[in-house]
Amino acid sequence: MATQTAAREYGMNERVRRLRNQSLQTDPTLSIERAILVTEAYKQYQGKVSLPVLRALALKHLLSNKAIVINDDELIVGERGPKPQAASTFPELCCHTVEDFRVIDKREKIFFRVDEETLRQQEQVIIPFWQGKAMRDLIMDQMTQEWRDCYEAGIYTEFMEQRAPGHTVCDDKVYKNGMRDFKARIARELASLDYIADPAAYEKQEQWKAMDICCDALIIFAKRHAAEARRLAQTAAEPRRSELLQIAATCEWVPANAPRTFREALQMYWFVHLGVITELNNWDAYCPGHLDHHLFPFYKAEIEAGSLNRNEAKELVECFWVKFNNQPAPPKVGITLKESGTYTDFCNINIGGILPDGSDGVNEISYLLLEVIEDMRTLQPSTNVQISRKNPDKFVIEAAKVIREGMGFPSVFNTDSVVEELLRQGKSIEDARAGGTSGCVEVGAFGKEAYILTGYFNMVKVLEVMLNNGVDPRSGKQIGPQTGDPRNFKNLDDLLAAFEKQMQYFIDVDIRGNNVIEALYAKYMPAPFLSVLTDDCIAKGRDYNNGGARYNTRYIQFVGLGNLTDCLSSIQKHVYSDGTLDMNRLLAILKDNFEGYEKERQLFLNKTPKYGNDDDRADSLIMSMFEILYKLVNGRPTMTGGYYRVEMLPTTCHVYFGEVCGATPDGRKAKLALSEGISPVQGADKHGPTAVIKSAAKLDHQRTGGTLLNQKFSPSVLSGETGLDGLKNLIRTYFRLDGHHIQFNVVSSDTLREAQENPENYSDLIVRVAGYSDYFNNLTTEMQNEIIDRTEQQNF
Amino acid sequence: MIEGVVGNIQKFSIHDGPGIRSTLFIKGCPLICAWCHNPESISFEVQTIWQQDRCLGCGDCLSACPAQALRINESDIARDKSICRNCGECAEACPALAWKRHGYRRGTAEVITDILKDRAFYESSGGGVTLSGGEPLCQPEFSLEALSLLKYQGIHAALDTSGHASWEILERFVPLTDLFLYDIKHLDTVKHRQYMGVDNDLILSNLEKLASRAKEIWVRIPIVPGVNDDEEHILAVGDLIKRLGIKRVHLLPYHGLAENKYRKLDMTYTLGSLEPPSAEKMQQLHNILQEQHLEVHIGG
Repeated sequence: MATQTAAREYGMNERVRRLRNQSLQTDPTLSIERAILVTEAYKQYQGKVSLPVLRALALKHLLSNKAIVINDDELIVGERGPKPQAASTFPELCCHTVEDFRVIDKREKIFFRVDEETLRQQEQVIIPFWQGKAMRDLIMDQMTQEWRDCYEAGIYTEFMEQRAPGHTVCDDKVYKNGMRDFKARIARELASLDYIADPAAYEKQEQWKAMDICCDALIIFAKRHAAEARRLAQTAAEPRRSELLQIAATCEWVPANAPRTFREALQMYWFVHLGVITELNNWDAYCPGHLDHHLFPFYKAEIEAGSLNRNEAKELVECFWVKFNNQPAPPKVGITLKESGTYTDFCNINIGGILPDGSDGVNEISYLLLEVIEDMRTLQPSTNVQISRKNPDKFVIEAAKVIREGMGFPSVFNTDSVVEELLRQGKSIEDARAGGTSGCVEVGAFGKEAYILTGYFNMVKVLEVMLNNGVDPRSGKQIGPQTGDPRNFKNLDDLLAAFEKQMQYFIDVDIRGNNVIEALYAKYMPAPFLSVLTDDCIAKGRDYNNGGARYNTRYIQFVGLGNLTDCLSSIQKHVYSDGTLDMNRLLAILKDNFEGYEKERQLFLNKTPKYGNDDDRADSLIMSMFEILYKLVNGRPTMTGGYYRVEMLPTTCHVYFGEVCGATPDGRKAKLALSEGISPVQGADKHGPTAVIKSAAKLDHQRTGGTLLNQKFSPSVLSGETGLDGLKNLIRTYFRLDGHHIQFNVVSSDTLREAQENPENYSDLIVRVAGYSDYFNNLTTEMQNEIIDRTEQQNF
Repeated sequence: MIEGVVGNIQKFSIHDGPGIRSTLFIKGCPLICAWCHNPESISFEVQTIWQQDRCLGCGDCLSACPAQALRINESDIARDKSICRNCGECAEACPALAWKRHGYRRGTAEVITDILKDRAFYESSGGGVTLSGGEPLCQPEFSLEALSLLKYQGIHAALDTSGHASWEILERFVPLTDLFLYDIKHLDTVKHRQYMGVDNDLILSNLEKLASRAKEIWVRIPIVPGVNDDEEHILAVGDLIKRLGIKRVHLLPYHGLAENKYRKLDMTYTLGSLEPPSAEKMQQLHNILQEQHLEVHIGG
């Protein structure tokens, strides 16, 4: 496998250090550049050309006119904005008000600095053109009162409210084809169009024309970088002059042509990435996927030819890393900010796993990438290791060493389970193996699937509404059906039947909204460049946002499974089984948020079977809950020919969902965060990590599109060879039991508390949130508290 | 089926033998080592522990106590130990876990069923189960039956022991134990009696006999500053175990983390001011044994 095993060189070199510092020390700003250029293109072309062509011309206008940036020291070039950390806005999706911009500028967390000129342009140019016409406006116009009531109550969130559907990953095609190759293929399709017999001929023609324009746009963009590099070279001193000339030569070759070298491969992907995230895919997880698999052939060939050594390869990858970190996710506002309060764009690089032929995919680049993660310690890109039973233990141990550093990456996935999940959804075995995980924990067939996350779903809120016979106690509104006064329920079965009815209603309202949103995007917001990159959009002449991909999936992400289970366990034990208190009293206690009822709260906390302890009394309830949501969602058709699937992940939504929920029968007080993913309720798991893993593994992960399990370890547990081995064995065993994903915070609660008190001393403390890591200081106080409250697995 | 008094089952034990293990703590120990970090395992009885900081003051324990041994004493609850029957009704009634039972009486089958829940971890890590305590040799019938059930299930079993039992008892453990974790605390019998409360003759003669019969033995030496950490002593232990053909030895540095447990158990901790051995000291002792060609590990 490995072509060389040169001794590892620790740390980054001076060039990388400077680039990294620039990336870390620059305050995020908001750039109006993209908004202005898109608006110009719409003013010029709208109404004169078809929608796909309009979108393509907008991309071409952007890439032909946006500022070209080549930062000092860079080897891989290109920025979405006019400078590092400058975030674009997407007025065609969400037209921010001037007030939004002021809030974005001033807010304490996840701010973007907005200057006066930007505010003026937004007010005078962007708002007058886009107000009422952005996708957000079209969507909100179409939503029913029922949908709005549920949305405002916090039953669910809506991803597409401020961003376009994207959520897919690049496969190997951009390392084998240049834009010219895609153009040639598109030309062949156009030439073979049957305008007589094919009723979709015109639509296909427009789609292909649009795709072709996008390929040109990418080539123009690269050539502008080449020209800028040559210009800078004229006045640069050596060795920078030679570097700039090499950058120019690289940008002349890719992305027009398929890359020939390791460097060209990285620059190729980077131009493609910028194309995707400039076109539409804002903060939606586009990423190079199996980077180690894709880079290895280039690496091997160059090592053998003697044109590259390991340290040069590592330097290039580290320069590439900085490019990701320079692109903060575009600014969010409102509920969308609450569900995803982070700068991260969710690009999540897969390392290890298996190759499409099923063989062990770990190679020298896999190990090199682990070193890069440890060196760089940047928020972006996110990283994960794919662990198959075919991968060597050495790889797991090397990954465990990085995990032990305490940054929360890489997260850890069970490749063998991922493949089975994809197969169950109907992917071919080759497509399943070439797939992996992206965003937080979502499975997908890379380069061939549109797998859209639609929004989070608050199961605990549904329980609360059910306990109030369809009324949301926060607003007093009847938002759900009347499923009966719970005081009249005779047993848990009665209660579960009512719960299922409520779930059915809310899921229907959610899906009805999703269906309209899906149709709106299919109609008004094609993504022709993303379509070039995703099979079979070219073959079908159909857009990514309109079912063009080979596989189309929509996910609903369920939140609060841990709390829901523990609530049911409490009700079962104390109301129906032991009769410690009746339903009437329980409802009164909850209404009073346990004020004056600390004894009952302690009883719920301490004398109730809880999920996460390998206790079947509680675990059987989580299994029943899973069956309910699975039955109500899985396999339902989407508007563009795909299927709905379920997932269990929260990003930061469990904090927001907790805010809208009153006190719950598991002993949780009102407004506190819910549990995240499939993790037990914070502090409810008392029997160590093996019991958590056993409980979590009782869920049928293979019928989901991803589950998220967080574990927090005191650093001393994982010290030494023994600790490393213990971590490896925990991972291997969870995966032997078909678990999907696990991730680790290796930091003590005391350290976190100390960081909360003295943030200035912990500016570089990175922690695992949900499917991503973030600076502890970037998190809201509520989110920080949630992480502190998670059970800390101690030394035994 | 035989019943025993168990302290608890500790899952994800990675310092009591190879791989991921569950450690079955068996209550009761004939030794009284001042540094014992499992003081809750010294008593042979199930114990009722009081944690005042958790008390809500609800008074449920007072009405639950059949012996009327409890009364409110300002903000605390006082237990009259002379009439307390140690029945555990207070812990049953307490919602806040301020009264908590440590240990339970249970049959081997039930204990093993619990232990088998983590079987997948033992099997994929090369781990298993460790019987510890307390002193598992003090409840020999219970321990032996547990070990034979584990053997039937094909699970690797280790026995963590002080070796302080008659050879007739220890001998019965040999065929059922895959690995002995055998403590040597002091070679000097006077000091042994001073710190452990018993002589070491039996322990050392048992080790001699065991060495030629056991499948595998790892010797463990708790390193307690000022008690047994002088170089001559460690050298002498090295000589002994080398002579017996034992290859692996673990040095367990003393730590004071158990002090809090003593307080909860209403026991006196006499080593409050003792500092743990330094990393350099541990390394120095490690090197002494390594020079005797032993496989030395610091920690479990």
